Amino acid sequence: MAVLVIADHDNASLKEDTAKTVTAALKLSSDVDVLVAGQGAKAAADAAAKITGVRKVLLAESAELGQGLAEAFEALVVPLAANYDAILTPSTSQGRNVSPRIAAKLDVAQISDVIEVVDANTFVRPIYAGNALETVQSSDAKKVITVRPTAFKPAGDGGSAKVETIAAPAAPAKTHFVGQQLVKSERPELTAAKIVVSGGRAMGSAEEFQKVIEPLADKLGAAVGASRAAVDAGYAPNDYQVGQTGKVVAPELYIAIGISGAIQHLAGMKDSKVIVAINKDADAPIFQVADYGLVADYKTAVPELMDALSKAGK
Amino acid sequence: MKVLVPVKRVIDYNVKARVKPDQTGVDLANVKMSMNPFDEIAVEEAVRLKEKGAATEVVAVSIGPVQAQETLRTALAMGADRAILIQTTDDLEPLAVAKVLQKIIGEESPDVVIMGKQAIDGDNAATGQMLAAILGWPQATFASAVELSAGKAKVTREVDGGLQTLEVDLPAIVTADLRLNEPRYASLPNIMKAKKKPLDIKELASLGVDTAPRLKVVKVTEPPKRAGGVKVETAADLVMKLKTEAGVL
Repeated sequence: MAVLVIADHDNASLKEDTAKTVTAALKLSSDVDVLVAGQGAKAAADAAAKITGVRKVLLAESAELGQGLAEAFEALVVPLAANYDAILTPSTSQGRNVSPRIAAKLDVAQISDVIEVVDANTFVRPIYAGNALETVQSSDAKKVITVRPTAFKPAGDGGSAKVETIAAPAAPAKTHFVGQQLVKSERPELTAAKIVVSGGRAMGSAEEFQKVIEPLADKLGAAVGASRAAVDAGYAPNDYQVGQTGKVVAPELYIAIGISGAIQHLAGMKDSKVIVAINKDADAPIFQVADYGLVADYKTAVPELMDALSKAGK
Repeated sequence: MKVLVPVKRVIDYNVKARVKPDQTGVDLANVKMSMNPFDEIAVEEAVRLKEKGAATEVVAVSIGPVQAQETLRTALAMGADRAILIQTTDDLEPLAVAKVLQKIIGEESPDVVIMGKQAIDGDNAATGQMLAAILGWPQATFASAVELSAGKAKVTREVDGGLQTLEVDLPAIVTADLRLNEPRYASLPNIMKAKKKPLDIKELASLGVDTAPRLKVVKVTEPPKRAGGVKVETAADLVMKLKTEAGVL
């Protein structure tokens, strides 16, 4: 059996989620191809060719693929599916946008957010915000799977696969790209960062969030996250959101500040290696998952933490 | 312009799901159930489009047990005009839900379908995209803003790293993200009025749609528990422990 991995990239560079998805794919088969679909994405394809264990890289380019239109991905991937027994996509927002469309067109179930490959037909996935793990067995001849990247280690970079350019089929006529506003940040990406500093509703305003959370994150070279409550209240942009309905992260160190620890937030960070919680409410549920808890008002605790970090040479 | 809004009855989002001791699933007996929060946002958006004059009729549809009528009554109380229940005790997978909705769409011919981006029970985030695929309609998922104009919808989407704006030809599928709006609470007079709005019930079997599951649930287990840690007294203490004990600084 052969497996196709749909790469995660931003046209300019390949995201690490791709190498993690390759790890999941290699548990299914040793014949793993990677599809890089985009525009001006040759460098991303070359990077994919270096992932250990990749047999071949397919590069397809068009304006619509570069814009990530699901309809364009459907037109490209559905005919390719004839050559593969499984199609794996990292479950990023782009992966979640395109993969179900491909599955439905192939008339198969999507196995979403897989965290463990048990065998070629059996997979483990979180449900109910990660409060339960479901082991499912697929009876479909072809598997369409999204992979939770934090659950797999990235494959190495010792490969030397060939990059083969394939044609991109005609674009969908019913969906038109108008524009995009991407947030430019010097900070590491939330899902790839070694350290994440997150703020919650206790911040009280967007100004306070920026004043408290961001300097601490910058001191630690960390990415910035936020609870859904903080995003909901407009203190932080949506792409900071960590949780069931936002991003799932698993950094070496996760620092939660003024976050109570709602079920839906824990779903997005409880696989972090070390969790620190700073909250003035000693009964906040976040302390049940925290390795280190500091019961204190963030208004005094964060400046003290900044000081202590400076003294420790940070 | 007609808007169809599919809604799902799920465990209330404030309730912690508990795995059954026999590992067959999550215990839903005597648990508070509510409308999936993203579907609430979808209903709110549809009702606002009607209030703005961009839509003329809002139809809510649910696939579920007899109690899903309550969920539909909530949609009606929020401002939907009428409701359809496809009654079944089966738990349908996203592909099957999409096929049932396709059938309903064939009968109702809506101009746009607005639905939640994911349900908080299965967490698949797949049904909207699947429905768009089998209908051959354009999709605009994870919407944070929707504008309807003649034959088109302009949708701002939450994507990795920012926002993307698409224009899709109608009919189309839009899935609602968190920041699309803040759903209203239904007022008591509207709750009373909702009881008189039409709610049509059909048996799932009468639709003749193949809803056989493709996935067999082998078991449902509890995730590994994180052992609670220690409390530290000061920020300096914390930094010291992170450095020497945890080794992450």
